[in-house]
Amino acid sequence: MSETVALEGLDLVVNEGEFFGLIGPNGAGKTTTIGMLTTRVIPTGGVAHVAGADVVRQSVTVRQRIGVVPQRPNPDRSLDAWENLIYHAAYFGVSRKEAARRAMVLMERLEIADKARMKVDQLSGGQQQRLMIARALIHEPTILFLDEPTVGLDPNARNSLWEILRDLHRQGRTIVMTTHYMPEADELSDRIALIDRGRLLALDTPENLKKQTSDGSLETFFIARSGRRSDT
Amino acid sequence: MTEIASSYPPASIANPHPPVSAGRVFVALLSRDLRVARRELPFFLIRTIMQPLLFVVVFGYLLPKMGFTQQGYQAALLPGILALSLMLSSAQSVTLPMVTEFGWTKEIEDRLLAPISIDLVAIEKIVNAMIQGIIAALVVLPLARLVMGPVAGFTFSHVPDLLLVVILSAAAASAFGLLLGVLISPQQIGFMFSLIITPMIFFGCAYYPWRGLDVVPWLKYAVLINPLVYISEGLRASLTPSMPHMPFLAIVTALIVLTAGFTWAALVRFRIRALG
Repeated sequence: MSETVALEGLDLVVNEGEFFGLIGPNGAGKTTTIGMLTTRVIPTGGVAHVAGADVVRQSVTVRQRIGVVPQRPNPDRSLDAWENLIYHAAYFGVSRKEAARRAMVLMERLEIADKARMKVDQLSGGQQQRLMIARALIHEPTILFLDEPTVGLDPNARNSLWEILRDLHRQGRTIVMTTHYMPEADELSDRIALIDRGRLLALDTPENLKKQTSDGSLETFFIARSGRRSDT
Repeated sequence: MTEIASSYPPASIANPHPPVSAGRVFVALLSRDLRVARRELPFFLIRTIMQPLLFVVVFGYLLPKMGFTQQGYQAALLPGILALSLMLSSAQSVTLPMVTEFGWTKEIEDRLLAPISIDLVAIEKIVNAMIQGIIAALVVLPLARLVMGPVAGFTFSHVPDLLLVVILSAAAASAFGLLLGVLISPQQIGFMFSLIITPMIFFGCAYYPWRGLDVVPWLKYAVLINPLVYISEGLRASLTPSMPHMPFLAIVTALIVLTAGFTWAALVRFRIRALG
């Protein structure tokens, strides 16, 4: 029986307070990497530490310190939007009063405050994605993981999310984001890792990566190194 | 392989919160499930009451009135109906949500990201289902008694036995429900009702005492794999003890073994589903 290796020899360090972009074509191993770092996928080999804690042996400690925005919104559909935030905060020991205060601030910031009492099925895809961002932030994690956070968002919503991410970065939060939208990686990341078929192909600042191409484009770099377009 | 922000905490943002206790997270998970259950109370009551009530009306009221059942059948039926309510409510409270939440919506994700072990997330599901199963039995008991009228041999004189049986039964049924919930996919729900739940109901000694199967010896022993048998017999032993029933010690032992076995298997499968 053949075994699929999702990641192989991926060796990298993300610094505290860094905005780290993980790019690669579909099937490159981006989501698997995020899954392992967020304790949701058990690696078959190797080690990974998040905020000093081992993702397998100290998974509870890791979960305490991270916030996760999934590729596809997965809100708790038995609760309304507001309750999604309040209960998620409660899972992290945040008092109800404090959770309510933070939920109000986050929902206003993400422009979904008027949807607070709606069932999540009544929210649009973009609104659900913003709810996922609010959920990932309500327990004030030190490290934020975002897996293709702007897929399906219109340009306005995307710009609005970029602003929020810049703010979070300015506060000193470490952010790890996967994307295959090159302008997003270029715009936000301090450093970018290009991976494909589970292997690290390149790791540097966007400026240095772009310097390696004739037209100074990250897209060109991506195609040259992975042999595929970024939207494949 | 990979390391992120190894010097923790970063100096530039607020100190992270102190670790939250597993007990506190567990209570928060349980309060979420009970909130959802409260919101769905009317549906829960209809789901819980309809089938047992209709059965009680036909077999506990109409047939005895028509003279088609022997005296004493009601005493065998009442604990069986309660067992059925407890079993189905416990199992349904966890099976269907698990199938959905592990299915395409993946909405259990926020609880799997809570700072608590994955096993405790699963155990919380069992505890929540136990609470709902016990509430179902408490609702059905007075209704069934009201419809049937006086039931010969019915007594509340064995309360400690009754409490033990109810708690163990709810635990066994809830663990079984969790196991089903993490074993089957949304496409297999119809299959589950046809091939697992329906035979369990009819061969669970809910509508007849286990001793009654003396007339079909092979079936008497074949049904022993069915957890509903021990729930029905346990409630007979504690609510209508003068009627024929299995030895109480055998019932309690079987319920403990089944609870342990179902919980172990459910946890193994839950981990596989959760850490895919």
